[in-house]
Amino acid sequence: MNPALLQVRDLRTYFETRAGTIKAVDGISFTLERGEILGLVGESGSGKSVTGFSLIGLLDPPGRIAAGSVMFQGKELVGLPQAEMRKLRGKRIAMIFQDPAATLNPVLTIGQQMAMAVQAHGGGGDSAALALAARSLARVGIPDAAARLHAYPHEFSGGMRQRVAIAIALLHEPELIIADEPTTALDVSIQAQILAEMKTLAQESGTALIWISHDLAIVSSLADRVIVLYLGRIMEFGPVADVLRAPLHPYTRGLLDSLPAMADPGQKLRQIPGSTPSPLNVTPGCPFAPRCSQADDLCRSEPPPVGDQRHGAFCHHPLPGAA
Amino acid sequence: MSKILTAENISRRFSPHVTLGDRIARLFGAKLDRRPVMAVTDVTLAVQRGETLGLVGESGCGKSTLGRMLAGNLEPSEGAIRLNGAPPMQAGRKTTTHIQTVFQDPFASLNPRRRVGETITEGPIAHGLITRSEAAGFAGEWLAKVGLDPAYVSRFPHQFSGGQRQRIAIARALAMRPEVLICDEPVASLDVSIQAQILNLFLDLRQEFGLTTIFISHDLSVVRHVSDRVAVMYLGRIVELEAAAKLYAAPRHPYTQALLDSVPKLSLEGNIGVSFKPISGELPSPLSPPSGCAFHPRCLKATDLCMTERPKLELDDEYGAVACHHK
Repeated sequence: MNPALLQVRDLRTYFETRAGTIKAVDGISFTLERGEILGLVGESGSGKSVTGFSLIGLLDPPGRIAAGSVMFQGKELVGLPQAEMRKLRGKRIAMIFQDPAATLNPVLTIGQQMAMAVQAHGGGGDSAALALAARSLARVGIPDAAARLHAYPHEFSGGMRQRVAIAIALLHEPELIIADEPTTALDVSIQAQILAEMKTLAQESGTALIWISHDLAIVSSLADRVIVLYLGRIMEFGPVADVLRAPLHPYTRGLLDSLPAMADPGQKLRQIPGSTPSPLNVTPGCPFAPRCSQADDLCRSEPPPVGDQRHGAFCHHPLPGAA
Repeated sequence: MSKILTAENISRRFSPHVTLGDRIARLFGAKLDRRPVMAVTDVTLAVQRGETLGLVGESGCGKSTLGRMLAGNLEPSEGAIRLNGAPPMQAGRKTTTHIQTVFQDPFASLNPRRRVGETITEGPIAHGLITRSEAAGFAGEWLAKVGLDPAYVSRFPHQFSGGQRQRIAIARALAMRPEVLICDEPVASLDVSIQAQILNLFLDLRQEFGLTTIFISHDLSVVRHVSDRVAVMYLGRIVELEAAAKLYAAPRHPYTQALLDSVPKLSLEGNIGVSFKPISGELPSPLSPPSGCAFHPRCLKATDLCMTERPKLELDDEYGAVACHHK
């Protein structure tokens, strides 16, 4: 059997600050198969974006990968020299960011930027590069793609800019795309278009996708499997339908109950008490213990175990789950 | 029910400012786009006492501009707004304190150099609701009402989290004892678990103070949760106005239908976890809105009539209205 496309083992990304070490990602493990869509869900500070940046080697100091391993098609990415990483990045692993206005260069035309991205990985002459760029734009549903190559980013709307960013990510038919909240800045109607397109693109090209989002509903509309993060640790993981229908972790249950769509209009929402604590002083046990109604002394002192199952939760007292 | 706040055919136009740089550019032959933008066009609305009216729409639909006009923070270019029969703004000056606003970003809406106690008491002192000597106790009471420790009065905004700051912003607005509270995307920048806390607080306070509320949000599920009645806006106009339960169960305007369908919905019944249908096309530029019904280029039901004639927002009873030829 082939090794998994991506195998992350006990990834720890720490930020050294004057106030102390922030463990933004604190021991995350997962595997991703070819063509699979994985959702990473969490609130702010859960480490979901830092996980994405760690995988693709885009951490800025003081951030560093303190421990763990990221195996991409049998190749270790942690500690890989920058020059080696650059050969992979954009070619075999691509990333789509939240704000398309910030990721595109405002003083270059779309065609120039896309041709640079093609030629960075030896894409041949200018005309070949532009032809590839036009094909890629057409794939993401930009009308009149060849003419739009001469347009600057400001001539596109927000949704169209995000499509351009997706087209750039698709240029080299990468095996893995990491998408960091790519629809958060967009309106619902545009978001729906992008989600529908990403789903078909992933299916057609067999690209694996890591979709990072704070919105459970969005992740569930796309992903095959989902991982729920809280304060840099995995709370729960499993196939989307199982996690949504029968969450095992009190935090996942709490997140679902907090959604207004899940409650009767006008009724009180079942809220999670308290707020996310500072990442500087996380309890030694389960990070969610201070806000959890089921927490006991064990939760506060011992990190919870997890079995090796398809759907599991890092919890001492998991909910009954499916009846 | 009595009407507390009414808007009669209000519009708001924003004309671009000509700067020195623009004039110089024009000397060298640059063409300047001087077309004004109609942010809100011809909106007529009556808010009933005690109701929560939700305003939804995508970015650029004019919901915040309408909210600011209703709050008396922005004068309409045309039309009139009346609070209890009198205009809330006269000759560029706001004459009423009966309307207060809670804004989206609690990081930007609180003065970072001012202790939160001062932030809460400034308005009530200026308007003679309390005296300076009562201020400390008053601020503490309000912090307690929004679920914060009264001992926090002398803290600064940076010492609070986003959710706590939004509580302070709510305390500041309610300390003026307004009749109408305008909430402009109050939970958009908060995490879901914090959003639930703030929505619960809002539901409690609304009941305690008998508030009339205008709740602006792009999030359809949040609006459904808190609103009695919902107005859906598209390109500066209200396209549908209806009781919340009815609007979500049976939307009559094709835009409302499409908007509701485009939200990924979690459903725990059946096999499929989530379903959604995208709307085709993009929002047209408000600089040159389409003729007739502004939604016709994206509408599945559009006919020739829709391209030429704009449907009126017709009240079919006191409560609901829809602007569509093919409702």
